[in-house]
Amino acid sequence: MILAADGASLGFPILTAIVVLPVIAAVLVLFTPRRNPEYAQLLAGAATVGTAALTIWLLSSFETGEAGFQFVSKQTWIEPWGISWHLGVDGISLFLVALTAFIFPLVIIGIDPEREHKSYLAWMLLLEAGVLGTFLSLDLFMFFLFFEIIIVPMYFLVAGWGHEEREYAATKFFLYTMFGSAFMLVGVVATAVIARNSLGYLTFDLIEIAEGANFATSTGRWLFFAFAIAFAVKVPIVPVHTWLPLSHTQAGHRSVILAGVLLKLGSYGLVRFGIYLFPEAAFWDFTRYLFLTLAVIGIIYGAIAATMQPDLKMLVAYSSVAHMGFIILGTFAFTEQGLTGATLQNVNHGVSTGALFLLVGWMYERQHTRMIADFNGIQTVAPIFAAGFMIVMLSSIGVPGLNGFVGEFLILLGSWDTARWWTIVGATGVILAALYLLWAYQRTFHGVPDEKSKTFPELKVREAAVLLPFIAVIVFTGVYPKPLLDRINPSVDALLEHVEERTDLVRPEPEISQEQLERAQIELEEEHGEEELSTEEGSDEGEDE
Amino acid sequence: MLAQVDTFVGPEVNWFALSPLIALVAGALLMMLAGALTPRWPNGLYALACATTAGTAGALAMVQWDDITDNGPTTLVAGAVAFDTFSMFVTILICVSIILVAMLADDYLRGTPNDGPEIYALLLTAGAGGVVMASANDLIVLFLGLETLSLALYVLAASNRRSNRSGESGIKYFVLGGFASAFFLYGIALVYGATGTTNISEMVVALQNTVDLETPDGLALAGVALLLVGLGFKVAAVPFHIWTPDVYQGAPSPVTAFMASVAKAAAFAAMLRVLVIALPFYRDDWRPVIWVLALLSLLVGSVVAVVQTDVKRMLAYSSISHAGFLLVGVEAAGHTAGELDPGSGMSAVMLYLMLYSVMVIGSFAVVLVVQRHAGGDSSIEAFRGLSMRRPAIATAFTVFLLAQAGVPFTSGFIAKFGVIQAAVDVDSYAIAVIAMVSAVIAAFVYLRIMLTVWTGTPAENSEPIRVPLAVGVTIAGAAVFTLFAGIIPGWLIDATDTVTQYAR
Repeated sequence: MILAADGASLGFPILTAIVVLPVIAAVLVLFTPRRNPEYAQLLAGAATVGTAALTIWLLSSFETGEAGFQFVSKQTWIEPWGISWHLGVDGISLFLVALTAFIFPLVIIGIDPEREHKSYLAWMLLLEAGVLGTFLSLDLFMFFLFFEIIIVPMYFLVAGWGHEEREYAATKFFLYTMFGSAFMLVGVVATAVIARNSLGYLTFDLIEIAEGANFATSTGRWLFFAFAIAFAVKVPIVPVHTWLPLSHTQAGHRSVILAGVLLKLGSYGLVRFGIYLFPEAAFWDFTRYLFLTLAVIGIIYGAIAATMQPDLKMLVAYSSVAHMGFIILGTFAFTEQGLTGATLQNVNHGVSTGALFLLVGWMYERQHTRMIADFNGIQTVAPIFAAGFMIVMLSSIGVPGLNGFVGEFLILLGSWDTARWWTIVGATGVILAALYLLWAYQRTFHGVPDEKSKTFPELKVREAAVLLPFIAVIVFTGVYPKPLLDRINPSVDALLEHVEERTDLVRPEPEISQEQLERAQIELEEEHGEEELSTEEGSDEGEDE
Repeated sequence: MLAQVDTFVGPEVNWFALSPLIALVAGALLMMLAGALTPRWPNGLYALACATTAGTAGALAMVQWDDITDNGPTTLVAGAVAFDTFSMFVTILICVSIILVAMLADDYLRGTPNDGPEIYALLLTAGAGGVVMASANDLIVLFLGLETLSLALYVLAASNRRSNRSGESGIKYFVLGGFASAFFLYGIALVYGATGTTNISEMVVALQNTVDLETPDGLALAGVALLLVGLGFKVAAVPFHIWTPDVYQGAPSPVTAFMASVAKAAAFAAMLRVLVIALPFYRDDWRPVIWVLALLSLLVGSVVAVVQTDVKRMLAYSSISHAGFLLVGVEAAGHTAGELDPGSGMSAVMLYLMLYSVMVIGSFAVVLVVQRHAGGDSSIEAFRGLSMRRPAIATAFTVFLLAQAGVPFTSGFIAKFGVIQAAVDVDSYAIAVIAMVSAVIAAFVYLRIMLTVWTGTPAENSEPIRVPLAVGVTIAGAAVFTLFAGIIPGWLIDATDTVTQYAR
C-alpha cells in the first residue's frame, strides 16, 4: 500500500470509473427499445467515448518519471479471504489502458454488427470493462476474475456474430483459454496461501505479495509456470497458438479487438504477474531460454505460415503470432531496452494489427471474400484505401518512421546483450515480415483489376474517420516516441531493479542505458540502418561482463 | 411391566432447540391431516402452506444460529442430536431449497392427479430427514434421517404416475438406495463393534482413549469402508453414481431439483459428520478413498456429460462432477480433521452446497419450463432458440450455466474458489489441478447448451412458452442470488466460517 501510494491521485476514483462505466452502460443498453437500435448504439458510443475521455484525463494527469502505481484505489472487498478491490496504473499498463479505451469506441462506431445490436453492444461493453479491469488490477483475485470473465463476452461475440465456422471457433477459444486459466487459478490460490507463511496473513494483494513474500526457489518456479501457461495460451506462444488463426478468421470484425487488445493480456500478464511476482523463476535459465526459444520459433514459424496463407485474414493472424514472438523476446531479454520495447510493441502491435484487421474486414464486407487471389489491382480502383492499407502494413513490417520500428528496434537492441543468437535468428523475422506483407500487398493491390475488383468501393467517410486515428498514432509514435518511452521507462526500470534485488541479474549502469535510449532516439529520427547501432551495442557489451 | 415404565426416565428435551425440525414434521403432518379432511384447497395454497412451513423452520433455525454463536454448541436429547452451527446452516439451506422447489412444484402439479397435499408433505418429510442427517450426533439417528429422506424421495421420484420413466426412476432409486442403506447400516454395526458405541461424542472419546490406532483394526476399518459406500451412494460419487442419470432424468423436474439440492446437501452433511467429526482418527485411512472418489467423480462426471443429448442427463452428470468438487473439499477437511484448527475444508463444502443448491434449482426450473412446453421432451433440441422466444429465461439460464461452469462474478466461481483454496491450503495440489481441468471439460457441456439456446432458431410452429408466475419468480430470485453472491460473497463466507464450531 505504501509502496503504491506514491504517485498521482486525483481525489476521484478515476480507475474505478474507467472500469465501471462500460458495465453500467452495458446494463442500460439492455433496456433500450429493440426497435430502435440507434439508441443502443448512441448509448454504447457515448459510454466508450466517455471512457476514452477519462483515459485522456488519466494520461494527462499521469506523473511522468514516477515508477510506482498511480491513482491507486483500494477497498476491502471479500474480507475473510483477504481480497480487496485494488486498482492502479503504472508505465507498463498505462498505454495498454489507453489502447483499449481508444480502440473500443472506434470499433463500436466504425463497425455495424448488422443484427441484434443490443446484445452485441452489451457484450462489447462488458468486454471492454473486462479488459480494462485486467490491465488495472493489482490484486491477484481481481486480476483472475477479469482475466477469466473476458472469455464470456468474447465467446458470445464470436459465436453470435462470426463467420461460417464461428461456433467451432468460439468453443475452441473458450476451452483453450479456460484450460490455461485452470492452472492459473490454482496458482493464484497457492501464491496467496504460500505467501501467508512469510507475510503472516492471507492476502491476494499483488504488491504486498511481490514485495513482502519469499517463495522457496522450487515453489516459485512451479507457481510461475502455473501462471505462465495461462498467459502463453493468451499471447499465444507456439505451440499453444492454434486457437488464434481460427478465432481471428471466424470472429468477423471482433478480430480487431482480439488482436488489438486481448493478446496483450498474455504478454502484460507475463510481465506483471510472471516477472514481478516470481523474479527468480522468470530469470531462471530454463525459463528464460525456454521463452526466448519459443519466442523465436514463433517469429519464424508465424512468418513462414503467414507467407503461405491464401487468406488475408489468416495471413494477418499468423503475422500476429510472429509479432507477439518479438514481444516475448524483448520481455525475456531482461534488459531495459528489451522490456521497454516489448511494452511499447504491445501497444504498437495493437494499433497496427488492429488496423490491418479492420481493413481486411472492410475488404471482406465489400467483396465477401478474404482470398488474396480474389483481389486484383485494387490500387487503381481505390487509391485512398490502398494508401491507408500501405501505411498500416508498413508499420506492421517495422519500417523506420512508423511505430513498429521503434518497438522492434528496441527489442532487438535489448536482447542483443543477453540473448545474442536468439536476436540474430529473430531479426530475420523482420525481413520475413516484409516478404509476406509486401507480397500480399502486391498480389492484392497491384496489377490490373479484373471485373469483380473493378467494383471495389473507395474508402467511406465513416471508415476514414475510424482509420485516421490509427494512422495518426502510427506516425506519431514512429516519429516521436519520447512521450511514451518517458512514461514506460521508469516503471520498467523499477521492475528490473526488483528483479535485480532478487536474482543475480546484472544490469549495465542506468546512465548508459539512458544514453543508449537517447541514442536510439536520434538514430531513429535520422532513420539510420540497424547495423550501425548493433555494432555500437557490441562495444557496450564489455561493461556487462 | 408398568413398574418398569414408571422407572424409565426420559431424557430432558430442550424443545425449543429442536423447533426447526419440529416445525417441518408438524407442517408435514398437518398438511396431510388437513388435506384429507378438507375439500380441495384453492390453487397455490398447498404450495404456500409448504413454503410457509419451510420458511418458519428456516427462521427458527436462524434464531437458533444466533443462540449457538452466543452460547456455543451443545447436544440435545441425551446426546442424540447435535445443536451446532453446522446443523443449523444445513437446516437453513434445506428450508430455502424446499421453498424454491415448492414454488416450482405448484404449477407443475396443477391438473395432475397429484395436485394435493401429499407431494408437499413428502417434500417437508424429506427435508426433515435431511435435517436429522445433518444434526445427528448418533449413527443410528443419522440412519433414521437417511431413511426418512430416502423413502420420501423414492416416492417423489415415482410420483408422476403418467410417465413410465418416473416409475422406473423410483424403482431404480429404491432398489439401489436400499442396497446402499444396507451397506451403511452394516457399517454402523461394525463401527459399533469396534468402538462399543454408536454415539458420535462417545465414539470420539472411545477412539481417543481405548482403541489402539497403531495396529490397524480390521473391524473398524471395514466399518468405515461400508459407511463410505453408503455415503458415496447418497452423494452420487463415482463409482456409486450409476443411478443418478436415470433417476434425475425420469423424476419430475421439481423433484430432480430437490434431489440435486436437498438430498445432496444432506448427504454431504452426513458425510462430514461421520468422517470428519466422528472418525477423525481414521482420517489417514479414509482420506485416500475420498481422494479417489473425487478424482473419479470429477472426470467421469464431466467427460460423460459431454456425450449426452438430454439436458436433464447432462445436468445429472454435471451434478456428479460437482459432487467431485465437494469431495475435494471433504478431502481437504480430512487433512485437519479432529484438530483444534479445523482448516477451511468444511466451510468450503458448506459454501459450495449453499451456492450450488440455488443455481441447480434455478437450472432445473428452466428445464421444467422448457420441458413442459416441449411436451415432456428435455433433449437439447427442445432448447433450440430459447433466446428468441424467452430472452429473460434464456438470460437467467445462461447465468446458471455460467455459474455451474465456475465463471467469475457468479456464485459458482466463489464456490469453486473456496474449495480450491481449501485444497491448496493443505497442499492437495494434484486434486486441485485435476478439479480445475475437469471444470474446463464440464464447461464444454454448458457451452453446448448455451449455444443451442442462443444461436439456434426455434421451430416454426412454436407457441409462446408459458412461464407461471411462481416459477418465474423462482428463476429470477435464483439468478439474482447467483450474481449477487458472486459479486458480494463476504457475508456468506463469514457465515460458513462459523460452521466449524461443532458439537461433540
